[in-house]
Amino acid sequence: MSGEAATDARFRPGDAVRVRRAYPPGHVRAPFFCRGKQGVVAELVGAFANPEELAYGRDGRPALPLYRVLFRQAELWDGYDGPAQDTAVIDVYENWLEAVR
Amino acid sequence: MSGHDHDHPHGHDHGHHHGHDHHDHHHPHPHQPDIEDRPLTHYQAMTEAVADLLVAKGIVTPAELRKMLEAIDSKSPAAGSRMVARAWTDPAFKQRMLADVIAAAAELDIDAGGIPIKAIENTEGVHNVVVCTLCSCYPRLLIGLPPDWYKARAYRSRVIHEPRAVLKEFGTEIPDDVEVRVHDSTADLRYLIIPARPKGTEGWSTEKLEALVTRDTMIGVAVPAV
Repeated sequence: MSGEAATDARFRPGDAVRVRRAYPPGHVRAPFFCRGKQGVVAELVGAFANPEELAYGRDGRPALPLYRVLFRQAELWDGYDGPAQDTAVIDVYENWLEAVR
Repeated sequence: MSGHDHDHPHGHDHGHHHGHDHHDHHHPHPHQPDIEDRPLTHYQAMTEAVADLLVAKGIVTPAELRKMLEAIDSKSPAAGSRMVARAWTDPAFKQRMLADVIAAAAELDIDAGGIPIKAIENTEGVHNVVVCTLCSCYPRLLIGLPPDWYKARAYRSRVIHEPRAVLKEFGTEIPDDVEVRVHDSTADLRYLIIPARPKGTEGWSTEKLEALVTRDTMIGVAVPAV
């Protein structure tokens, strides 16, 4: 699609992943509500300059693989009252993802 | 524009209340403050300073700046509507659009810009809706400037966790057996929804089809209605 080719990406579509449960200060790009939540890689988009570095005027290198990660709404929100099949897809950079075994 | 076109709190946000003092109590009707009467925000000051520097250093001319602002402000959803209507009538084009929006746009002489855009197709089983919970990312070159509600905290915080309730407020009811999928555009992608072509539009002209593809149907808060 775009960005650079993510040749050394850690994850592939279908991999189960968890967003790190971390709360660092400063400019972070993993939404708060998905920290610690488990999803599945839907797509590897490509590699992009790290926005958490760009925000401070640095060059964002090395570029980070960016994934579209699919979550069940019921995983994201306690008491989600919609149908069980409802989902959210969140764009998450690789530095925020860990493998689920 | 920067590589990541967030809406920082400068520019186009009308309608906020800024604790304006009414000096003229004899005035018979409420006074709308002039732009100059409102305090300059940090980002407004920074924007103006950078613009002044770019001009002072000869990197851009005032006329070029003006022209760019005019071009941005003149964007409408028409380009996106053209693409979707074409996708409805040309399955091969739709496949190319799903693979690469910017290249598909170029086929129609539409400049979709340099930020990657992902087209997502509504199907019988999945209804898609877009939000940027962190800011207000939006494919401006294809569907124009984002509406105020898209940038509002209410939409950004609610549609991600109660999408069906929010859609209902927009008059859009999604049956329970259809998955609602919210796409959170937090990163380097912009999203464009390809709504489903309504039944009963067989044989319609391109112009009639394009009129069905409104901005809101490409954000996913509405579906095209015949």
